[in-house]
Amino acid sequence: MRSGPQHRWYVPYLFLLPGLALYVLWMVYPLVYELYISFFEWNIMPGQASTFIGLQNYQTILNDSNFWLALRNTVQYTAITVIGQMALGLAVALLVHRVTVAQRVFRAIYYLPVVTSWVVVSFLFQFLFSSDRAGLINYLLVNLLHVTAEPVNWLSSGNTAWIAIYALGIWKGVGWSMVIFLAALQGIPVELYEVAAIDGAGEWGQFRHITLALIRPTTLFVLVMLIIGGFNVFLSVFLITGGGPLHRTEVVLSYMYDRAFNRLDFGYGASLSYILAAIVIGINFVQMRLLRGPEVQY
Amino acid sequence: MISANRRASRTVNLILLGILCAGAVIAMTPMLFMVGTAFKANAYLLDFPPRFIPETPTIDNFTTAIASRNFVGAFLNSAGVAVATTFFVTALSAMMAYAFARFQFRGKQALFYVMLGMMMVPAMTFIIPQFIVARSLGLPNKVWGLVLVYTAGPLAFNTFLLRGFFEALPRELEESALIDGASHFTIFRRIIIPLSTPALSTVAVFSFLGAWDEYIWALTVMTDPARRTLPVAIANFRGAHMTDWGLIFASSLIAVVPTVTLFIAFQRYFVQGLTSGAIKG
Repeated sequence: MRSGPQHRWYVPYLFLLPGLALYVLWMVYPLVYELYISFFEWNIMPGQASTFIGLQNYQTILNDSNFWLALRNTVQYTAITVIGQMALGLAVALLVHRVTVAQRVFRAIYYLPVVTSWVVVSFLFQFLFSSDRAGLINYLLVNLLHVTAEPVNWLSSGNTAWIAIYALGIWKGVGWSMVIFLAALQGIPVELYEVAAIDGAGEWGQFRHITLALIRPTTLFVLVMLIIGGFNVFLSVFLITGGGPLHRTEVVLSYMYDRAFNRLDFGYGASLSYILAAIVIGINFVQMRLLRGPEVQY
Repeated sequence: MISANRRASRTVNLILLGILCAGAVIAMTPMLFMVGTAFKANAYLLDFPPRFIPETPTIDNFTTAIASRNFVGAFLNSAGVAVATTFFVTALSAMMAYAFARFQFRGKQALFYVMLGMMMVPAMTFIIPQFIVARSLGLPNKVWGLVLVYTAGPLAFNTFLLRGFFEALPRELEESALIDGASHFTIFRRIIIPLSTPALSTVAVFSFLGAWDEYIWALTVMTDPARRTLPVAIANFRGAHMTDWGLIFASSLIAVVPTVTLFIAFQRYFVQGLTSGAIKG
């Protein structure tokens, strides 16, 4: 069954063909075509010629302070939300695993935000972080916790707008890492803990030497996936702040979309896309080199 | 001594349960607030103090949303696109996965690494060339412009997911079918597909949700209001200065109903899909 003689050489290609045709047209070709576009001052109007300008788009980007701000914002968003999601996801998974009652219910509740669409939850957070004193977060801070005296105008300044965007990213993502951590925890044989307890290991020792050690491959997987996800940040920014005020909350993808589809500078947008793609691939490459344990297989 | 220990650990467990419940409340609060607001009349102005249950609940927001121009059309557009995408993603990724799981062929390794590598690249970085391709094929404002792109996007991930599942299937049935003269297409249709319903359901559920929720590509290529999908229609309820949040969240809830229904019905597959991804990569 494994090898050739039972089938004609083209049989596997027939199975690949329909999917691969779509994949090449909409993924592989765009990847190559985008590089080409990025060397032009691209004219999107039909019938108008585009001008080849070599690497000029890339040079402009390197001196574009909006790009550097967007990149810094993207990296910061990734760092903060990845840490938040991993820490909380692991904590919740440990609790659900330990408490053992109503596991399915808890899993469902924490996972619900994950399956709810970004559009819906982005509006929801915009609403929760309303500048009005009757906004839920303001009410909580001013009237219930007395943290501040005046309601905060969340979305009118970059720093406070980021709080709303970070909160959304973490809140929406915790359930995903929780589910994966929980599955890993449930896969650890109970006997290991029993033996360790007989050997006199305390709870902390068991946690460090058994739990954390055995879920290491899962932890790495979650880390890699969340970092990729972090660099994808776009819709929450696009819908909640639109990158504003004054580009303060711009991320690379929102800046790219703005340049391409609002200002019709497709060449510049393509170069921005290429730079982001290169950064993400670079990070992944380094991660795989550094983190690849013997257990992780691809 | 032992019973004191046990009592202590029961106390600890109760405390942990308390923390877990508090977390669950935080996770649920935004959703509950959204549901409450959807049943509020005139939610331009927020109640002070905020109320989760409106004083006089009303379904006006839902009737207004449904009666508004193009909303039902947008719902149907989204449903059609999502169903078609689900079919294509599931069928095409299963075929590709079968080729990867059961055949040796030239270029297999190269293709494998290209697909794996491209999975890391943020999908949205392709939107510019995809837009130009779509335009040169005359696809803007055509349903196919959505279905084809929504199908191509998750193809690689689902191919890998299914490949892992197919490889784990026992080969005996296929071998005896081959000896009986069955073609590979027959084997694929009659043996592989029926044995793989759990994995195929996972793929189907995720691809449905992906297409159902997608926003930015639909916003970019569907400029004709009659061709809008549901997420774009919801976003259009936002006002330039004032937003009727009741209307936004009533329409959001309408969009979320299929999602939650699928989630509850297929919870098992969600978990399976996620964790098999975790192991197989």
